[in-house]
Amino acid sequence: MSAITQPINPTRLVAPQQQALQDADWVRWSLIAVAVGFISLFICLPLGLVIFQALSKGVAAYWSALSQNDTLAAINLTLLTALVTVPLNTVFGVAAAWAITRFEFKGKSLLTTLIDLPFSVSPVISGMIFVLLFGAQGWFGEWMMAHDVKIIFAVPGIILATLFITFPFVARQLIPLMQEMGNQEEEAALSLGASGWKTFWAVTIPNIKWALLYGVLLCNARAMGEFGAVSVVSGHIRGLTNTLPLHVEVSYNDYDVVGAFAGASILAALAIVTLILKTALEWRQANR
Amino acid sequence: MSQSSIMPGFRPTIGFTLIYLSLVVLIPLSTLVFKSFELSWDDYLHIITSKRVLDSFRVSFSTALLAAFIAGFFGFIVAWVLVRYSFFGKRFFHALIDFPFALPTAVAGIVLATIFQPSGFLGKFLIDTFGLQVAFKPLGIVMALIFISIPFVVRTVEPVLLEFEPALEEAASSLGATRLQVFGKIIFPNVFPALLTGFALAFARGVGEYGSVIFIAGNIPYVSEIVPLLIVAKLEQYDYRGATAIALTMLVISFVLLLMINLLQYWVRKRSGQI
Amino acid sequence: MNKNLTNIIFAAVLAVLAASEVRAADINLLNVSYDPTRELYKQYNEAFAKYWKAKTGDNVTINQSHGGGGKQARAVLEGLEADVVTLALAYDIDQLYQKRKLIPENWQTLLPKNSSPYTSTIVFLVRKGNPLGIKDWNDIVKPGVSVVTPNPKTSGGARWNYLGAWAYALKHNNNDEAVAKDFVGKLFKNAAVLDTGARGSTTSFVEREIGDVLITWENEAYLALAEFGADKFEIVTPSLSILAEPPVAVVDDVARKHGTTEVATEYLKYLYSKEGQDLIGKNFYRPTDPEIAAKYAKQFQPLELVKIDQLGGWNVAQNKHFADGGVFDQIYGPGK
Repeated sequence: MSAITQPINPTRLVAPQQQALQDADWVRWSLIAVAVGFISLFICLPLGLVIFQALSKGVAAYWSALSQNDTLAAINLTLLTALVTVPLNTVFGVAAAWAITRFEFKGKSLLTTLIDLPFSVSPVISGMIFVLLFGAQGWFGEWMMAHDVKIIFAVPGIILATLFITFPFVARQLIPLMQEMGNQEEEAALSLGASGWKTFWAVTIPNIKWALLYGVLLCNARAMGEFGAVSVVSGHIRGLTNTLPLHVEVSYNDYDVVGAFAGASILAALAIVTLILKTALEWRQANR
Repeated sequence: MSQSSIMPGFRPTIGFTLIYLSLVVLIPLSTLVFKSFELSWDDYLHIITSKRVLDSFRVSFSTALLAAFIAGFFGFIVAWVLVRYSFFGKRFFHALIDFPFALPTAVAGIVLATIFQPSGFLGKFLIDTFGLQVAFKPLGIVMALIFISIPFVVRTVEPVLLEFEPALEEAASSLGATRLQVFGKIIFPNVFPALLTGFALAFARGVGEYGSVIFIAGNIPYVSEIVPLLIVAKLEQYDYRGATAIALTMLVISFVLLLMINLLQYWVRKRSGQI
Repeated sequence: MNKNLTNIIFAAVLAVLAASEVRAADINLLNVSYDPTRELYKQYNEAFAKYWKAKTGDNVTINQSHGGGGKQARAVLEGLEADVVTLALAYDIDQLYQKRKLIPENWQTLLPKNSSPYTSTIVFLVRKGNPLGIKDWNDIVKPGVSVVTPNPKTSGGARWNYLGAWAYALKHNNNDEAVAKDFVGKLFKNAAVLDTGARGSTTSFVEREIGDVLITWENEAYLALAEFGADKFEIVTPSLSILAEPPVAVVDDVARKHGTTEVATEYLKYLYSKEGQDLIGKNFYRPTDPEIAAKYAKQFQPLELVKIDQLGGWNVAQNKHFADGGVFDQIYGPGK
C-alpha cells in the first residue's frame, strides 16, 4: 500500500480468480458498463470526433492539409521543442529522484512540493512569468534589447515555457517507485565493490525502467501538446513560432476544419501509438 | 529508509536538482512575487476582493471541485474495472486513458464544445430530454475539467489496486464477511488515500485550466468567468499589476494544495509502515 | 571538349545565380494584425510581394501573426519584432508610443486618412429568415433575445460593438448617458457567450449555433456568409452604427533595426493604391479611395455612421467605458 503512482505490471492485470471473492455477475457487468460508458463518452467520443473531422473531406484533403508548409513548420518546431525539453527533464527527474529517495535531508517535503509546483500552476501564469522575465519590459528586457538576444516570441521562449510545464513528470513517476524500492539492492552492489555509476546502470535503471519510460512518454506528450503557456510566449507567427497545438487553433480560426483536426489527429495518434507500444513492450518483457 | 553512508552521488544530484529547479522554476516564478511588491497591501486587497475576482474564484473552485468529484467517482470505477475484471477491448481502453493528457487543451475545448453544443450530438439529447444546456454554461466548464482530470485519477488509483493483497480479502471473507463488507471495510479504506490524492491532483489542475475551458464556458462575468481568463483580460488591458496580484494568489493556493497532497502521501506511507 | 562545355555551362549557371543573388535581396517583414484580417492580408501579401518584385527585384516575404488586438499590441510591446502593425483600433497602436515610444507620437498623421486604409462598421448576423424580425439595435436589447458578442475587455472588435450600441442609444435618447448606459446594460445582459475574440464569436454563432444574433464586423459577417452559405444566415444592417477605423503603422523602432523602414512604409502605402483598395473591397472592408468605394458601394447597405471622435476619441472612450470600474464593468456590476 503505498506508492502513489507507479508503472503497471501487466502480469497482474489478470483478475484474481478466487471464487468466494468474486463480485456477483450483475455487479461486474454493470461496473464494466459504467466504466466503458464513461470512457466512451469522455475519451472515445472526442477521439472519434477528431478523426472524423480530420477525414471529413477525404484522405486526400487530409494529406494536403498535413503537407502544407505551415503545418510542416509547426511539426518541426514541436519536434524540436520535445527533443530539447524531454532529455533535459529526464536527466533532472532521475537526479532529483536519486537525491530525494536515497538520502535524508531537511526540507525534503518542501523540495518535493516545489518540484510538483509547475503541474498545478495555471498555464496562463506559466507563460506570463516568462514574459515578466524576458519581455521587453521585463527584468532582462533592456539587456536583451541591447544585445539583440531574442527569447520571448522566439524558439527559446517556447522551449523554456515547455521545460517549465513538463518539469515534474519524470520525477513524479520515479520518486514514489524508488522510495518503495528502498536501496538494499544498490547497497549490496556497492558493498561488493561496484562503482556508483555501475550500480546505477546495472541495478537502479533495470528496476525503474518502466516508470522512467512512462515518465518520458508523459513528459513528451505534454511537451508536444502544451497550448496555454506556449500560446502566451509564442507570438503566433505563421510558419515560424507556431507549434502544432497553436497551428491547430490558427487553422480552426481560419475556418480550416480539416487542417485543424488533421493537426490534432497527429498529436492524438502520437500519444496513442506510444502508449500502445509501451503496453506491448511491457507485455513482451513480462512474458519472456 | 535511513541515511546510507556508502550511497554515492548525493552532492552532484542534489546540486543539479537545486540549480535546475532554480533556473527553470523558481527564478521565473519569483517574478510574480517581485512584481507584486509594486503593489501596496491595500491595492492588493482591493484587487483580490473585488466582486468580479471573488466570483471568478468561486466559479473556478466550484467547477473544479465538482469535476474532481465526478472524475474521482467514475475514475475509481474505471480503475477498478481495468484492474479486476477482464473483458474484450480492455487493453485498448487501458491505452486510451492518457489520451486527454496528450491532446492539446484547445483541441479538447473545441471538441467538447462541438459535442455538447445545443445542436451537438450529446447537447441536443440533453436539451431535448432534460432541458439541460451544458455548453456555454458553468456545467460546460465541469465537462472540460472532467475530461482533463480522468488520467490523474485513474493513474493514481490503479497501482494501489494492483498492489492490493488478495490475502486480506480472503481472510475477511473466510471470517464470514459479505462482499460489500469486504469492499467497505477492507478495500476502500486502503484505496481511499490514493483516491484522495487523485482527486486533489484533478482539483489542483482544474483550478488553473485555461485552454479547454474558454471554448466551452461562455465566459460571462460573475457566472462562467474563470480566474485564468480574468488574468488574461487584465493583461490585455496592460494591467500587469492586477494580473500579478491574481496570479500570485493562485500560485499560493496551488502551492498549499500540493503541500497538502504531499503530506497526505507522507501520512499514508507512515501509516502503512514504510517509514 | 565535352567536359569543357559542361564546365562552361556550369560556370555560366553559377554566374547567373551569383548575379541574381546580388541583385535580388530577400526581405522579411512581420505584420502583426488582429483577428478578422486573416483572409485580407493573405491575398494582399501575395499582391504586394509581386508588386515589390516587379518594382525593385527584391523578394519580400511577409510573415503574419493574428490574434486579439490587445494581445497583439502587448506582444509587440514585449518585444515581438513587428515591422508593421495593423490593428483593430487606434488605442492599441497608441500604446506602442505611450508605453515604449516604439512609434512617433504623431503616428496617425503619417499615412492618409488617419492611417486607416480601410474602414468598416458593426452589423448583425441573424439566422435565415430573421425569425425574430431584428432590424435595429433596439430589437436586440429586448428581453429574451440571445446575443453573441466578444468581450470588450479582450477584443477590439467588441469595443466597436459596444460603442455602436452606445452611439445609437445616445442619438435616440437626446444624448442622455444614463439611458444609454441602461441600453448597453440590457444588451450585454442578453449575451449568451462572451468569447475572447471576434473570430471565436463567429464560431459560437455559426458552428455552435448559439444565439439569435451575432454582433460583429461588417467584413466578418460577409465572410461568414461566404464561408458558410447565404442560405443559412443573413446580414441585418442597423440604421446607425459606429465607423470603425482600423489603423496601420510602421513600427519605427523595429523597422530601423531591421533596415526595413522603406519597404515597410511602401507595404502600408500600397494599401491605399487602386490594387490594394480593390482587395480591401473584395474582402468586404470599406475602401477609402472614393473611386474603388463607389465600385463596391452596392455590396454594403447604407447607414448612418458615427465617428469615434464624436464620442470623445479613443482615450476618453477607453477610460470611460472599458477601464476597470468603467461603464462596462458597472453593467455587470454587483447587485445583478
